[in-house]
Amino acid sequence: QNYPLYIRSIPTENELKFHYTVHTSLDVVDEKISAMGKALVDQRELYLGLLYPTEDYKQRGYGYVTNSKVKFVMVVDSSNTALRDNEIRSMFRKLHNSYTDIMCNPFYNPGDRIQSRAFDNMVNSMMMQVC
Amino acid sequence: ITEVCGAKRVGYFGPAQFYIALKLIAAAQSGFPVRIESIKNELPLPRFTALKADSEVRHGTPAELHGVKFQVPHAALEKNSYKRTDEGDKQEPKSPPMSPICSPPASPSTYQRIPLSYGYSKSRSGLEQQHAAPYEVRHSAPQQDGPSAGNYGAKPSLASSALNRSLPEQQESSAHYSDDPWRITEEQRDYYINQFRSLQPDLNSFISGSVAKNFFTKSKLPIPELSHIWELSDVDCDGALTLPEFCAAFHLVVARKNGYQLPETLPETLLPQYLQAASLKGLRDCALFEPAESLPGGQQARDFSRPETTSAEEPDKAALLQDGKKEDKQALQVSTALKMIPKEFQHLTVKTAAQESNALRARPRSRSYSSTSIEDAMKKGEEPPTPPPRPQKSHSRASSLDLNKIFQQNTQAVRSGWLPPPPPALPPRPSVSQTEPPAEAELHPQINRPPSQAEENSSAKKEAVLAQPPSKPTRRKLRTEAQGLDTPELSPTINVTSSLPAVKPHLPVQKQSSKQKRAIQTAIRKNKEANAVLARLNSELQQQLKEVHKERIALETQLEQLRPVTVL
Repeated sequence: QNYPLYIRSIPTENELKFHYTVHTSLDVVDEKISAMGKALVDQRELYLGLLYPTEDYKQRGYGYVTNSKVKFVMVVDSSNTALRDNEIRSMFRKLHNSYTDIMCNPFYNPGDRIQSRAFDNMVNSMMMQVC
Repeated sequence: ITEVCGAKRVGYFGPAQFYIALKLIAAAQSGFPVRIESIKNELPLPRFTALKADSEVRHGTPAELHGVKFQVPHAALEKNSYKRTDEGDKQEPKSPPMSPICSPPASPSTYQRIPLSYGYSKSRSGLEQQHAAPYEVRHSAPQQDGPSAGNYGAKPSLASSALNRSLPEQQESSAHYSDDPWRITEEQRDYYINQFRSLQPDLNSFISGSVAKNFFTKSKLPIPELSHIWELSDVDCDGALTLPEFCAAFHLVVARKNGYQLPETLPETLLPQYLQAASLKGLRDCALFEPAESLPGGQQARDFSRPETTSAEEPDKAALLQDGKKEDKQALQVSTALKMIPKEFQHLTVKTAAQESNALRARPRSRSYSSTSIEDAMKKGEEPPTPPPRPQKSHSRASSLDLNKIFQQNTQAVRSGWLPPPPPALPPRPSVSQTEPPAEAELHPQINRPPSQAEENSSAKKEAVLAQPPSKPTRRKLRTEAQGLDTPELSPTINVTSSLPAVKPHLPVQKQSSKQKRAIQTAIRKNKEANAVLARLNSELQQQLKEVHKERIALETQLEQLRPVTVL
């Protein structure tokens, strides 16, 4: 059950492609999680590598899994500024913090879609920063 | 103009009419004919007197009419009294068609004229601000909508109690109208506090998330809205509501039920530190009168005025006006004016303006904090060499010195804030221990804000604290840690300040001029020490903040693991 709790993207002409990439990257993330085994629970995970040479541009997907098996997937365009590893990590950390803030809200049931405006604002500002 | 904007037809100036009227004035002044169509043009701001033109240009908000309106009346406060009378006269022609209670501008113009007669409040630390903050809540002008009310709330803070007495009937109606829907009136506050008590008897503790959830679900608001309300009011995001947070949340629920749209960000009047200062200040004023008789006679009169001067400092507006910083006022006006208007860019300006105003306030606040920490140091240093009664005497001497008035007020205020609650026999020790925990504890709730503001908030709370500090578990642990950390910090300062108590007993013997010089030197020294202490404190707290974050993430993961597997 990998239903999405939250999806947000910046409208571009190939928006659908981004959505598709995100979806397929979920499989890769799942693979990584199961491959890790029981002992290691790495809090942050970072991987590159979704290439689409046919489309003549590459997209990079980044994954991040929390200890509670909530996955964050981020897909960025490679032709965009080469985002450094640190920046990606900080973005995931911000996402995680905002997610825990949402968790603190007693009116939020885990598994619901995220409708928090604070979360929206945070994500928007993050995306504005990058683009 | 009155006719065109519809006031004649309606019989009073409602907000819409007022806005249209002002826009028409602008049109007329720019040479456009007075017609409804002319307000559709992009007009320059209306000028009420020639002198105000530049200030309004400076204030220039985006084409948003509402923001403009309420800076125009505010400009009045910043100018000399004769200029203000000009504006008062200009607005008077509008007042006749207004009904006394319902129409918004009536009371604002009244309120404006009264501050006129009081001239500048900056130089006056006394009477006006004494009663300013306690009456601030009641003084709000009866408005039907949000935007203007915040600003008019600021102006009456200048007026003294005379204003309060002279308009009793308007106050009743204003309390009912809840002029600024985001300002909590006294009755509402009492009601909220009682509700809080029913859920959690200890007023200084907090309500857990599930309890609060059940309680607010009873209000029959839809869950997403309740979720949003929680998001707004739980400022420190810890899943629990303290008393001020609870009041804010309850107030938002009430507002929503009455049909107001929920704001995007928490309005200033609902911020925890604002509410805390306001609520505890009310309590403190009552507490003051009890030990009054037991205090030495000379200090009595001063004690009455001082806590009210501090309480006047705590609420944002009074402090702003006291310092007379125009930028603060403008930022605050913009933020309160734009608060209610649901548009995105205003939402952003609200946040930035609030942050600016907060940042600008950091400066005056930090001084009060520095004085309190120095008082700590002095007290700690004084206790070993001298018996307890001595430190009080030295403080009174400090107060009698003609230092910078603000510094003076702060020391006096701090001292008086400490003295009343514990019995007079034991002021130094309990107050010292009290000020330490509040210093740390109140710095934590402001985790999301810049450290300078954290200091100012802690000073605000410190001076207002009566009983035990809030007892959130994680914070208590950190507080004790910080206390342990803080005492070694203060000990080096104690070595330096131990010379001060020795100096102080000699002060009354010396002549006036040398006393002043020495006082200035000690003040400089104190401030430097305060800076050092604060810098160290800041870095330590940053460390603790990181640790707390890690803990929180760990707890969250644990919590989720305990839940059923649906998340997977």
